[in-house]
Amino acid sequence: MEGSIVQMGAYIGAGLACMGMGGAAVGVGNVAGNFLSGALRNPSAAAGQTATLFIGIAFAEALGIFSFLVALLLMFAV
Amino acid sequence: MAAEEHGEGLAFHPMDQFIVSPLFGDGEVGVFTITNATLWMALSVLAIALLFIVGTRGRAIVPTRIQSIAELAYGFIHKMVEDVAGKEALSFFPYIFTVFLFIVFSNFLGLLPMAFTPTSHIAVTAILAIGVFLTVTIVGFVKNGAGFLGLFWVSSAPLALRPVLALIEVISYFVRPVSHSIRLAGNMMAGHAVIKVFAAFAPLILISGIGVAVTPLSIVAITAMYGLEILVAFIQAYVFTILTCVYLKDALHPSH
Repeated sequence: MEGSIVQMGAYIGAGLACMGMGGAAVGVGNVAGNFLSGALRNPSAAAGQTATLFIGIAFAEALGIFSFLVALLLMFAV
Repeated sequence: MAAEEHGEGLAFHPMDQFIVSPLFGDGEVGVFTITNATLWMALSVLAIALLFIVGTRGRAIVPTRIQSIAELAYGFIHKMVEDVAGKEALSFFPYIFTVFLFIVFSNFLGLLPMAFTPTSHIAVTAILAIGVFLTVTIVGFVKNGAGFLGLFWVSSAPLALRPVLALIEVISYFVRPVSHSIRLAGNMMAGHAVIKVFAAFAPLILISGIGVAVTPLSIVAITAMYGLEILVAFIQAYVFTILTCVYLKDALHPSH
């Protein structure tokens, strides 16, 4: 009985951890959208900034991946 | 979950593809056991060697197809290192190029059906990231001495804030290898797991009537995810490499 409650908590926690991915989605969308609006204002400068775009996306996305990792740890490691 | 409703016919094992198992026999996995991870890492190294040995054999002025692929990859990373990390970082170009090629080939070979993706394992990506972290730290201290610690001392901030910022900078510096490795492994693992989850829905038509709607949908979803995964496989290798360049730039020019 005790073990099953712990497992239930872990599964609920894993589901809750997935909410973090929504945050990452907002972040990545924010980065890409702002890049696009800037790029459309000044298209000649956009090509030089794609590296910055990917760095920004990577940093925003990493935190979403952390929440995915927490979910995986709860599912398989706890 | 749908799996329980439809009995034993539908089984979800999306994470089974990441199990490391011995290639010959089925004993314990030790340090020197040849596993499927070893095989696919060796295959990607072999593919890289083949690309560049065949690609540089002719050294024609009008390149053949393989030669132009090799030149394209070389030029792409060379330009990235030069643009992001500066001219003096070019002495690290061979290392960065090797890391990029290994990741990109592992990612793409992992997309083959029945393949194993070494980069979906944190053990593999952590070694790559720790290598980058140690390189950057050692290079930073060798090139700048104690001046490398200026990386943590934000001189443009107000004096009262600087100790707080220094603490944050130190923490973020040591989180780097963690996020660096988990970003790659997490992306590869998540994408492959999603494909497998959709693949588990695909044979539903054999079991129940609802499959008439679900099966075509899941096959389309697998195809779409596969297309996205091809993109992600390249972008994650690119991101890993460009972050290596950014960290290297910090080591070479630590002034904040």
